[in-house]
Amino acid sequence: MEASQFKSDQYVRFCPGCGDHAICMALQKAMAQIGIPTHQVAVISGIGCSSRMPHYLNTYGFNTIHGRGGAIATGVKTSHPELTVWQMSGDGDCLAIGGNHFIHEIRRNVDLNVCMFNNRIYGLTKGQYSPTSPKGFVSKSSPFGTVERPFVPAELVLGARGTFFARTLDVDVPTTVDCLVAAQQHKGASIVECLVNCVIFNNGTHAWIADREQRAEHSIILKHGEKMLFGKNNDKGLALKINDRMVNGQMENEQPLLSLTVVDASDPRVLVHDAHRQDPTLHRLLALMGQERNLKVPSDQVPSTKEELPIALGVIRDVEAETYDQAVNRQIAEVRGKAKAKTFDELTATLEQWTM
Amino acid sequence: MKNIVVRFCGDSGDGMQLTGNMFAQLAAESGHEISTLPDFPAEIRAPQGTLGGVSAFQVELGQEVYTSGDKADVVVAMNAAALKVCTLGSHFNHPQAHFDEEFSMYHRHAIVLVDTDSLTEKDLEKAQFHTPNPFEELGIPESVQIVPVALTTLTKEALKESGMDNKAVLKCRNMFALGLIYWLFDEPMEKAIHLLEEKFKKKPALVAPNTKVMVDGYNYGQNLALNVQQVHIENVQGGNVQCAKGNFTSIAGNKATAWGLIAAAEKAGKRLFLGSYPITPATDILHELAARKDMNVMAIQAEDEIAGVCTAIGAAFAGDLACTSTSGPGLSLKSEAIGLAVMAELPLVVIDVQRGGPSTGLPTKTEQTDLLQALYGRNGECPAVVIAASSSANCFDYAYEACKIALENMTPVILMTDTYLANGTALWRIPKLAELPEIKPQSVPEELKGHYNPALRDERGVRYWAYPGMEGYEHRNIGLERDAERGTISTNPENHEQMVLARKHKIEQIANSIPDLKVIHGEVPSDQVPSTKETLLVGWGSTEGHLHAAANELGCDLAHFNYICPLPKNTQEVLSQYKRIIVCELNTGQFAAYLRANFPGLNIEQYNEIQGQPFAVERIVNFVKNN
Repeated sequence: MEASQFKSDQYVRFCPGCGDHAICMALQKAMAQIGIPTHQVAVISGIGCSSRMPHYLNTYGFNTIHGRGGAIATGVKTSHPELTVWQMSGDGDCLAIGGNHFIHEIRRNVDLNVCMFNNRIYGLTKGQYSPTSPKGFVSKSSPFGTVERPFVPAELVLGARGTFFARTLDVDVPTTVDCLVAAQQHKGASIVECLVNCVIFNNGTHAWIADREQRAEHSIILKHGEKMLFGKNNDKGLALKINDRMVNGQMENEQPLLSLTVVDASDPRVLVHDAHRQDPTLHRLLALMGQERNLKVPSDQVPSTKEELPIALGVIRDVEAETYDQAVNRQIAEVRGKAKAKTFDELTATLEQWTM
Repeated sequence: MKNIVVRFCGDSGDGMQLTGNMFAQLAAESGHEISTLPDFPAEIRAPQGTLGGVSAFQVELGQEVYTSGDKADVVVAMNAAALKVCTLGSHFNHPQAHFDEEFSMYHRHAIVLVDTDSLTEKDLEKAQFHTPNPFEELGIPESVQIVPVALTTLTKEALKESGMDNKAVLKCRNMFALGLIYWLFDEPMEKAIHLLEEKFKKKPALVAPNTKVMVDGYNYGQNLALNVQQVHIENVQGGNVQCAKGNFTSIAGNKATAWGLIAAAEKAGKRLFLGSYPITPATDILHELAARKDMNVMAIQAEDEIAGVCTAIGAAFAGDLACTSTSGPGLSLKSEAIGLAVMAELPLVVIDVQRGGPSTGLPTKTEQTDLLQALYGRNGECPAVVIAASSSANCFDYAYEACKIALENMTPVILMTDTYLANGTALWRIPKLAELPEIKPQSVPEELKGHYNPALRDERGVRYWAYPGMEGYEHRNIGLERDAERGTISTNPENHEQMVLARKHKIEQIANSIPDLKVIHGEVPSDQVPSTKETLLVGWGSTEGHLHAAANELGCDLAHFNYICPLPKNTQEVLSQYKRIIVCELNTGQFAAYLRANFPGLNIEQYNEIQGQPFAVERIVNFVKNN
């Protein structure tokens, strides 16, 4: 199929320069590549800039109420597992007002493809901090800087026992398309964190990796089965560091038990990415790389002395587990298969009853 | 005798609900009409033998049974606390309270069967008696016939050779009492034994001991010829079900509601979807539908009330018959999402099993206080259909009707029931699917393929339903305002007004397809002259039985509403014929306010009780006579 088949007749109204334009294009490309006909696709959204997305896709769409897209999408997919269901959401819609639905759709492993647009700001309400804004972030609702600790979305996904997590960047359309296609292929709740720039209220929030000059040094694109290499000349790799310096059953130093470290690309210790591993330990370390930078507004006075790890893009985790929609429908089919009464009249016939 | 009210009361662990249900079911099978009222404590489990732990079950049986009865004619009190609570009623924890017929749960001439083994010093202390003679202390008049029975000793005697331990033996005490009551009403033992076997089907080891105790109880009454007259109740000849022939069963309101949804789904050719979250007293609807996978029902226990309604809205968007069940607090949480279903014009059935409010309120008690919330409790101009069931059995009919209206008119329908209907049981004539009204979902016509948009309406003003999977009808639905022609987002001022009126009109036109309001004429006994001919009692929802009984006593008329929004078309015509209109409801006057707003010319009086209990017929009658 062609990407144009997935474009609706609506004029796309994201701000000029908004990262959502690129994700919209990537979605149309990915849907064409996936090849499922438009009438078998439903795109559900809540409220926010990202939630306008269904209007620009020529599929079935439902732009609902703030935060509830996850619950509504769960209803669509569970009642009709034959449909392909996408959910469009943002860091406010998904992680603040809709947080409960978000963790439960992941916990249940409903077969949804969730695009969580993370621009670390509320754009549609014109510039308030979000649950992913770094601590100290100055916005209209935090004029003296936030005092809140932000979420790292990946940690929520893994904490809810997520089976799929990918991260992508608005300006990197090919990686975004790859992640969206992988999300569709994965059976279960597939969370794709799309790092997008809000040109009006939070311009440059992802500049550290979005900037073309810096991207190769500050990010790594993970691919299942491939060595974890990055850098301008692919000259760096990631290796696992194990801190086993124990004295009397206690760590001898402040280092974490397990951590990732940058080594030379030729180093035999360079890791090979395994997205299909059930054990999430390494996925968590990969997803958390570079996140410290996102947790706190950097202070000019105290330059970081820590080794800076690249932010991981691409499919970080992609493991198999039974989906909720399959399980619910399988149970109904099993019970119905064995049932003697299958219609209302047969059901009432089983009642203890008498004639008058 | 025509009608009898029996009340079983004991400790929460005494099995009063089971005992009462078994008695009520046998009475129904023997050809009586029944109406039941389970009345259990709100506490999770109060200490044994205390006043807070008293659990009761009341049933009225006979013919023309409209309610579960104001006051009992026969009482079984399993312990000292139960005796105190049923004797003093709502005054049970007043320190100096004595029997007072106004508050007592039984009549001045009632028969009260008491377990004398449960009146030891320790039992009396737990029930906060201060003297060794509870009957005297409670001031029970001599006209009340106390029947002392050593229930515990007799049960132990019956099971002495069973090899059961003491704890298991004591659990059978209720069956001795049941056997005695069966004797009192001259119920057939073969049927009773069969019923007991059915009830204990899943615990076969308990069948033999319980049967033995029950039969011993029956024989105890027979042989010792307790100093009580056996009571004979006439079978149904007339009454509510006089025209109906067919198969009957007894059914609780929540189950009837669930089954109404199942029947509607099958009739409409739709999959039934329920998104719900546990909440007292609505949870049994979720239980029943979760168990009905044989009927292809998809019932989801969502993560919260909002997700309950939102998963249902998702299923409605995808083409299913979607429902959510809740009580008042849950309805509050669902308001925004119900607004979405109004705006997106999707069929949705919302069941509100009302309980005492506000906030957590009285979770296990009955009230009609959510009416204005159901009518108006949403942001914006947000009309939805509101209907109400008026008996445990017709919860089936109105659940079915809610589905029919929703599917045919693309709108949310809020079905109001309450604790009294939900937990109470009534005689239900089992319908065949073929005799139920047709349901024709508002499907999109074939010729709109390729030109469809979600704003297109038929001549009634109802939009067409197209859903994912249908080729050529792809569209975007929204909670934002939509253009009246194209169905896309619109902020145009005139368009918004046009759309607000279109949604209002869509609800109003439903009045064309609902039945007219009927007047029930109170049947005053032929030897009396009705003094209240020009008076009309008005009610809605679960109070129909009480108001019907009151109308009979008063010889006045009753107009009872099941359709609230929209109202039946002849409402004004009916109401304006009466000099005196008295709206009776279990709130501070919500329906009265609604009628006044709709028909400002009418002079409307109101009678209200807000005690978490069903009406007492006697109090309504007194109010009408004395005001």
